Amino acid sequence: MRWLGLGALLAVTATAPFWVWNPYHLHTLIMAGIFAVLALSLNLLLGYTGQLSLGHAAFFGIGAYATALLTVKLEWSPWLGLLAAVALPAAAGFVIGRLALKLRGAYFVLLTISFAGVISLISVNWTELTNGPPGLPGVPALEVALPGLPALSLRSKAAYYYLVLTAVGLADLLCLGLMRSRVGRALVALRENETLAESVGIDGTHYLVLAAVISAGMAGFAGGLYAHYTRYVSPEVFLFSYTVTMVIMVVAGGKGTLAGPIAGAVIFTVLPEALRAVTSWQWQMLAYGAFLIAVLYFMPRGIVPTLRDLGRRP
Amino acid sequence: MDQLLQHLLNGVLLGATYSLLGIGLTLIFGLMNVVNFAHGEFYTLGAYAVFAALYGTGLSFFAAIPLAIAVGALAGATCERVLLRPLRGESIDTVMLVMIGVWIAMQNAELIGWGGVAKSVPAPFSTAPLVLGPVSVSPLRVFVFAVSILVILAAHLLLAHTRLGRAMRATFQDRETAALMGVRIERIHTITFAFGAGLAAAAGALLGPVFLLYPSMGDLASLKAFSVVILGGLGNFAGAALGGLVLGVAEELGAGYVSSGYRDAVGFAIIVTVLLLRPSGLFARAERVG
Repeated sequence: MRWLGLGALLAVTATAPFWVWNPYHLHTLIMAGIFAVLALSLNLLLGYTGQLSLGHAAFFGIGAYATALLTVKLEWSPWLGLLAAVALPAAAGFVIGRLALKLRGAYFVLLTISFAGVISLISVNWTELTNGPPGLPGVPALEVALPGLPALSLRSKAAYYYLVLTAVGLADLLCLGLMRSRVGRALVALRENETLAESVGIDGTHYLVLAAVISAGMAGFAGGLYAHYTRYVSPEVFLFSYTVTMVIMVVAGGKGTLAGPIAGAVIFTVLPEALRAVTSWQWQMLAYGAFLIAVLYFMPRGIVPTLRDLGRRP
Repeated sequence: MDQLLQHLLNGVLLGATYSLLGIGLTLIFGLMNVVNFAHGEFYTLGAYAVFAALYGTGLSFFAAIPLAIAVGALAGATCERVLLRPLRGESIDTVMLVMIGVWIAMQNAELIGWGGVAKSVPAPFSTAPLVLGPVSVSPLRVFVFAVSILVILAAHLLLAHTRLGRAMRATFQDRETAALMGVRIERIHTITFAFGAGLAAAAGALLGPVFLLYPSMGDLASLKAFSVVILGGLGNFAGAALGGLVLGVAEELGAGYVSSGYRDAVGFAIIVTVLLLRPSGLFARAERVG
């Protein structure tokens, strides 16, 4: 029964460009996909290690800027740009992870906020590199150019939708594989009781840094996808509202699960668009805040786990 | 040399308000163990309260300040009573997330209520600077400094020399024993949070006329408050007071000699450096951060 539902869902998502006629709706789905990758990355840290990073927008932004700068100023191939969009934030994640290895809880959060704040300030002030507030327009679109075949530009929404769908699938598989491996078990052990885990020989620092690197790289990848989709990068990628949205997606969707962040991403990308006609974004953000509090009170494990539990009751 | 003195003076004057912010948060974070990410929002509330009082009811600036403090304290008490008390036994992370929710909600409520356009609060002081030898200072900033010091002193007196203060300190040293001694700990929690929020609102009310008012002004205030708390050590009143001054001076020197664009980065840099090198803060008792 479960597999039937999953199969139907997959069929629906795989054929979306064929029956979603409104290009704006397709755009919303693409953004949902990008946010899904981002939410999965944050979930890796928050859900599986228990450490909250409020600076993930920084990794997203670094990824976006990395690929934008390399493809616009140095005219690299966009695919290499995407690679850099993963590598650079991953390196930053390594640095942050190692630096923060002594910190847990609120102190880790503060460190990540500070990191994001500094990066944001740099993007605004270091105009020689980032062009400052006006940003970098003209980021080239991704292109698939296999020898012998005509170049296929991934500029159309349908094409980009499939790219993003593939990315979400890959990210999901990565998380799944990770969680089922020794690494995943170590991370969960650390989350549940760090002292006990370390007493059986699990090196907390090593695994947390690993989680930070993968998480940051994934977030950067989402940033790269974003850059080549919107074709424009500005310091606005570091807006705190992106971090807020990410946190809501993971917490409300269900941290520590694989479906939760994706569900959260879809809900909280589609919902604002649907509400856009009715309310302004300030009311929306206000509702987000209230909703976050409500979820923490009534569905503390998130929407997906709560629904699963409801479904399980005989 | 004159430049240096001027920067130092500016830093100290501004730092006193940072101390207010920090003391409020060190009580909430250090004593109640609540990661109050909404601290900056009480700061913003205080500032907007002064604005509303001046333009809505025509109160004088000097009367508006105590009103703002009261508004902040009331908001804090409400927040604690409604949101935090039911979560008393929960993990610190859940409470942290709830406070993030409060942060988002409050900031956007302020955005809806007052709009995103920056507002200014006119202060009843002449804009002509007072020249004291090699340095000059605006009367407004001197007033802000003086009131900040007064509020800090009043807070200290309350905590150190009153029954209420003793009850607060007892509750946070050992809840169960304080309860056994007859201290109404639930009320103490509410009062402490209100106290912290009131101090933040005071800082906002005082800094309102110095800077412009806009709904997201609290974000930086929150961060600076955390910076001061980490610098001074959790729960350490004197540490927070001194830490505020240190932050103020560091910011001024950074803005003056390095770059004014990165002024706010000083707070971030302090957080990062102190957490990595001396996590317990410059003045504190040992504290587990990891």
